[in-house]
Order: sequence, then C-alpha cells, then structure tokens
Amino acid sequence: MSFSATNFAQPRPVPVGIRSNEKSLSSDPFRFRFRGSPSFLGSPHSLRFNPTPPLKLAIPHSRRSPAAAVTDVSNGKMVKSSANMLFGFVLQLITKEEGLELYEDMILGRFFEDMCAQMYYRGKMFGFVHLYNGQEAVSTGFIKLLKKEDTVVSTYRDHVHALSKGVPARAVMSELFGKATGCCRGQGGSMHMFSKEHNLIGGFAFIGEGIPVATGAAFSSKYRREVLKEASADHVTLAFFGDGTCNNGQFYECLNMAALWKLPIIFVVENNLWAIGMSHLRATSDPEIWKKGPAFGMAGVHVDGMDVLKVREVAKEAIERARRGDGPTLVECETYRFRGHSLADPDELRDPAEKARYAARDPISALKKYMIENKLANEQELKSIEKKIDEVLDDAVEYSDESPLPPRSQLLENVFADPKGFGIGPDGKYRCEDPKFTQGTAHV
Amino acid sequence: MATLFQGVGAVTPFSASSSLDSNKLLLPSRKSLSISDSRGSIFVYRSDALNLKAATRKQDLLIPNAVATKGETSTSAKSGHELLLFEALREGLEEEMERDPRVCVMGEDVGHYGGSYKVTKGLAEKYGDLRVLDTPIAENSFTGMGIGAAMTGLRPIVEGMNMGFLLLAFNQISNNCGMLHYTSGGQFTIPIVIRGPGGVGRQLGAEHSQRLESYFQSIPGIQMVACSTPYNAKGLMKAAIRSENPVILFEHVLLYNLKERIPDEEYVLSLEEAEMVRPGEHVTILTYSRMRYHVMQAAKTLVNKGYDPEVIDIRSLKPFDLYTIGCSVKKTHRVLIVEECMRTGGIGASLTAAITENFHDYLDAPIVCLSSQDVPTPYAGTLEEWTVVQPAQIVSAVEQLCQ
Repeated sequence: MSFSATNFAQPRPVPVGIRSNEKSLSSDPFRFRFRGSPSFLGSPHSLRFNPTPPLKLAIPHSRRSPAAAVTDVSNGKMVKSSANMLFGFVLQLITKEEGLELYEDMILGRFFEDMCAQMYYRGKMFGFVHLYNGQEAVSTGFIKLLKKEDTVVSTYRDHVHALSKGVPARAVMSELFGKATGCCRGQGGSMHMFSKEHNLIGGFAFIGEGIPVATGAAFSSKYRREVLKEASADHVTLAFFGDGTCNNGQFYECLNMAALWKLPIIFVVENNLWAIGMSHLRATSDPEIWKKGPAFGMAGVHVDGMDVLKVREVAKEAIERARRGDGPTLVECETYRFRGHSLADPDELRDPAEKARYAARDPISALKKYMIENKLANEQELKSIEKKIDEVLDDAVEYSDESPLPPRSQLLENVFADPKGFGIGPDGKYRCEDPKFTQGTAHV
Repeated sequence: MATLFQGVGAVTPFSASSSLDSNKLLLPSRKSLSISDSRGSIFVYRSDALNLKAATRKQDLLIPNAVATKGETSTSAKSGHELLLFEALREGLEEEMERDPRVCVMGEDVGHYGGSYKVTKGLAEKYGDLRVLDTPIAENSFTGMGIGAAMTGLRPIVEGMNMGFLLLAFNQISNNCGMLHYTSGGQFTIPIVIRGPGGVGRQLGAEHSQRLESYFQSIPGIQMVACSTPYNAKGLMKAAIRSENPVILFEHVLLYNLKERIPDEEYVLSLEEAEMVRPGEHVTILTYSRMRYHVMQAAKTLVNKGYDPEVIDIRSLKPFDLYTIGCSVKKTHRVLIVEECMRTGGIGASLTAAITENFHDYLDAPIVCLSSQDVPTPYAGTLEEWTVVQPAQIVSAVEQLCQ
C-alpha cells in the first residue's frame, strides 16, 4: 500500500446537517455499497457478500457522495485535500523529526505489548490483559498531537494510550506486575491506567463508562474558560473506545451532551470489527458508526485507522475544532487487532484470511515504507530506534522485577481522599488514627 | 422543630489563627475544628461534646418534655433566622458557590426551573447556565460527567430529581465515584456531592418512594449522610461540598417544608457524627431522616407513660458514628432502631450488626429494628401508611424492650 496523495486524507466526509444519500443501505443490511473500502468484509462466512480483492483506497472524488468534507462545513470553503488530489500533488505530510517520533511511538507500543504477552505467559502478570497490536496508528496518530494538559480517556485496552501520552514504560510495566512503583501503585492493573501528571484519566473496565468521564473532563475545560475565565483553558479531551461500545446508551447520551454544549471532546472509535467474539455487523443495525455523529449535530468522520498519517490529518482537524470551541467530533477509525481480545482469548472465530489482509496493512511497516520511499529516514535510523526501544523495555522489565510488592499498609490508604471517611470508632477516635490503620490491619 | 443543644451560644469558638487542616491523618479527637478562611474564622459545631456535658448536667433534673420547647433553647432563639429546609439547603449551597467558584450544580431542571423542590431556585440567574447546568435526562451520563469534572478540578453537585433515578446512575456511582480514587492509586480525588430527595412521600407510587440508602452502603469509597432538620441540612450540605470524598446526601420529600430557626453565622457540621436529639436513660432509639419525627412523636407518648428514651439521629449512614452510639448503648443497655429503609440489607441491618459486634456485652436485650415492610410502596394511602413505621409501633416496641 503506497502513501501517495491519492490515498491520504480521505476521511469519509459527512457534513453536519446534510443527509447522506446512503439511506438505501439501511433497507438491505447485507448489501452495503462500501465505497471501495474492503474492511467491512470482516464478517463470518454466512454474512459475507461479494468478496472483493483488496482495493487500493484511492477513491476518485466523483464517486464519493456529493457531501463535502468536514472542513468544508466549518469554513465554507472547498476542501484543500481534494483539490490537491485532483492536481496530483504529493504533499509533504510530515517532517523527518515528526516521522521518527511517530515511528518510535508505534514501535514502543508494539514492542511493549509483545513484551506484555511474554511476561504474561511467564507468570509475571495476571488477570485480563488486552493488547493493542495492530491499532498503534490510532493511538500515535491522535495522542502525539496533544499537549500535556490535554486529557485522554481510554478503556481496558489502554497500555499504548498510556505510553503515547507519556507515562513511562517503567511505570506501566510495574503497574502490570502489580508492584508498588506502578503508575497506580499496583492498585489499578492492566485495565485501570491513570496518570495525573500526564492527564490520563483511565483505564475503565466496563465499556462505555469512561465516555461520561471524558465528557466531564471536557466540561471542566469549557467551565474553566467560560466561568473561571482562564483564557488559556483550551484543553481538549480524547475518548477512545471500540465498536462494541457504540451500541451502548452512555455513548449516545454523551454524544448528545457534547454536541449540545459544544464541549471540546473528540470521540475516537477504534472500530476493530470485533467485540470479543461478536462481529460488529452482527451486533449493529447500521454499522457505519461515523454516521451517528451528524444525527446529533456533530461532524462524523471515517478514516483508515491502519494509516497513521491519515489518522493524524483527521486528528489535527478535530483537535483544532475542539480547541477553537466549535464542538466535538466523532471519528471512526477502521482498524484491527492482530491478537485476540485478551491474552485469554483463543481467537478462533476470526477468519485467517481477514487477519492476513489486515496484517498486510500493518501500520508500522506502512510508515516505515513511507519514510524510506520519501527519503525521510534510512534503514539504519529506524533500526536504531527499534534497538533503543528494546533497551527501554528491558530496563522496564528489570525495574518492575526489582520493584517491591505493595506492603500491607497500602491496603486502606487510598480508599478515601479524606480518611475521616472511615468514620469514628467506638473509642471516640477517628478510625484513621488507629495505628492498625496504617498497618492495613485495622477493621473498618 | 428546634433540636436541643444546638444554640448559637453553646459552642466554643477557636481563634482565627488556629486553622487545622482537616485532611491531616492525625486529628485531635473530639475537639472542635475550625476552618479559617479569608473572611475570618467560622465556628464548627460538634454536637457530641456539648451534648454529653449537658446531658450529664441534666441527669438530675426531670425531663418534663420530650422535645425542646421554644423557651428551653438558649438565647439564640432571638438571633438567627427562620427558614424552611429546602431554603436551608439552598443557603448552604449558595454560600459554598460564593466561596469557591469551582462549585457547580448539575441535574435535571436545576437551572431555569429552579429545582423540582426549589433547592436551586434563583441560582441559575445568579451564576449562569454553565454553573447551574440543566442536563438532559441521562442520569448515568451526567453523573459520570460530574465525576469526570470532579477528577479534573471542579467540585460538582449532582442532583437526582428523585433518589430513585440514581438507580440509572448506579454504574457510575459504584464503579467510578467510589473506586477511582483507589484504582488510580490516590492520584485523582472525586469531591462530588450527589444529593436528592428520597423516601416515602404522600402516595407517590412505588418507584418514586424508594429508599436507596441500602443499595449504596456497600460501595467502598463513598460517604452517605441523611439530613433531617434545616439546621443539619445546611451544615451537612456545606460539609459535603467541602469534603474531598464523594458524598451522597439523602434528603426526604416530606421534610422540605420543615421550618426552623438557624444561626446567622456560618457553620459546617461534621459528616461523620451523629446528633443527640434527646438524651435519656431507659432505651436508645437510633433513627435518621423522616423517622426522627415519628420517633419524637412516639417519645411524647412514652414520656407520658414514664419512659425516658434517648433519641439519636445517626445522620451519618456510612460510616456509622460508633462513639456516640456506643456511649448511649453503654448507658441505656437497650437499643431500638427505627428507619424507613428496607428491612433486608438495610441501614438498620448493618447498624444492628455493628452494634452487636462492638457492644454486645453492654446489651440487656436483643436489638430491635423497626424498618419499612419489604414491599414496593403501595399507592393507596392506608397501605402506604402500613408500609412505613408509625409512632404507635415505636411505642409498643419500646414498651416490650423495657419490660
């Protein structure tokens, strides 16, 4: 897959308020006319139709719906990218530094997750571990554009979001090992990554329950700007979640509130087509999630989530919209997870041909190819990045191995921010004053 | 109805210079806390210290009345101002919003409508639509939004139009509100207040007459308080807003129009303490919220019959104030719990267990717990009356207990 100008920045455009002409799709759910995108073929045999060979994602402008691109709506101008495409410009999308940064971040994500799998099978970590292999383009494409004060909310597949946001690999790894030096002192685990310093507010185990929290963070940002009059408060919030979540009520309730109050939030759907063993097509009446944005009056965009540069383009626009105060965006990233849902998932249900098709679109190899073809980097530089990441990870594992396990005294420490909440004991003193409290053996 | 021993003059104020950080782990036990801010010091009323002292003084005197008459309260009766409970809540809320610009309210109809029980009346005009936010009808999501806002620096108060509606927000309250401070390793605090009216009203039907204290009490990481008088409503509201912990404040639909005279000065009550309503000798009656009034009504009858009940409004439903309760049990040796909560797994059940565990040796009789019947509240007036504990039942329970 090449990264020529014809392929890049082709988000499925949907204007706010203009009805798409795809109404006919809903009448026969099995005859979607996907505009050249083969990705929705990821369904069980019985539902498959017309298996088309993997198409290049070049979509000539004329075949697209007459709807204009997202930027069109807010600016009222013709979209620049199509103009460029028409004239066949090859745009320089990223500088060398940016490219290396993106590459390093994706390699960190991939190698970290592979190391997690190794450590899990060696018995260093337990429970549910959900790995992000294959989806790195989404995390890197979005999070690398954020400022430190911007907020990220994720789900249980949150290791790589944490890493992209800047949480050190050491902190994440020791959290997974359950050590006291973990980013959450070992109390959260794989599914609850938090970092106040890096503004990562979770890590949620139930799908959908992070979306209202993200909406709250965005509300906070708007409140600071408008009520507290902090001029610099233009922080945006990114909420990452999957295709399964898009059938959950909390998702829709938050789309409504975010659009209603024009909150600075971006809803990023990582549509990897599978919710454990449930195919997205089997669970959803209208599988095109980006269309649900305009239903609430916000921009809805579809992007190829295996291509970090495309994701980055869409992300840039969405983040700028949110920072300006023009409200939320719903971005559907079509992506794929190369491993099972979690390390406990045998992953027998997905078609090997589908997996192979997506493996060929590995975002890391794609970026590598792009950088080398466009003379942004050579093999040597990329190899040295990989080596560097290997060292970072070895150090993280060593650090985590040597870190202490949480002592008993930690058991009761963080239940309440104000430990008076444990109440008054029979002796008249607050329970938190009981020396056994600090030892973790107090009866509360 | 004025309660005993809570007059303005009865508390020792601390000087303006001593400000204690209420978040410090080691606290001087049972002393009054004072919080001084830029406006000067304010006085915190710790009901227990005064009441126990006063109680020992009064031991020798016969108590002619079950409840305090106007003349018995101290000189405060002339100072202070009279208001209704919902106005007291509003006053507390407004004072806190004035004091800290990060305090905001969100809920259904809290803004332009002024709140379905008028607790937020006038606030939207004063503070704007963003600070007093009218939300769409999406409890789960706007409670979650409140939690997210609390994590990122605001201090929201989420109003459930009826506590029953919070069932829809249970996911957010249980998973996020209670747990996030812990799972984030202490990184994020959630200083949110979730409040709303609950309890059995006047023929409101089953779903609007729910008592959900029992549902929330197992959630680790939250505190629950129930207010019952205008005085403690305002004090608890302020304490809840200032607390760094997530607090659920239970109000009662039938108590909003209670009138009482409250002090003019600013005061904040303690979230963890119980309130001594009427000291006594023969039996300890533990109650909260609306049942307090049924108990006081029964107490009138009991006094006429020669009994001397000690009535404690536990106020803090989670955690229990085992000190006040314990001191009382050690004195009277008999306990009656009167509550409106469901019998099964309710507050009374937990309280019975806690008292048995801690004060078993001091009990002369098994603990009697009077709760509502385990039925969905019927619409019919007569049936509804029989669902809830009535004063007559309280009187006969005390008589049986004291045999």
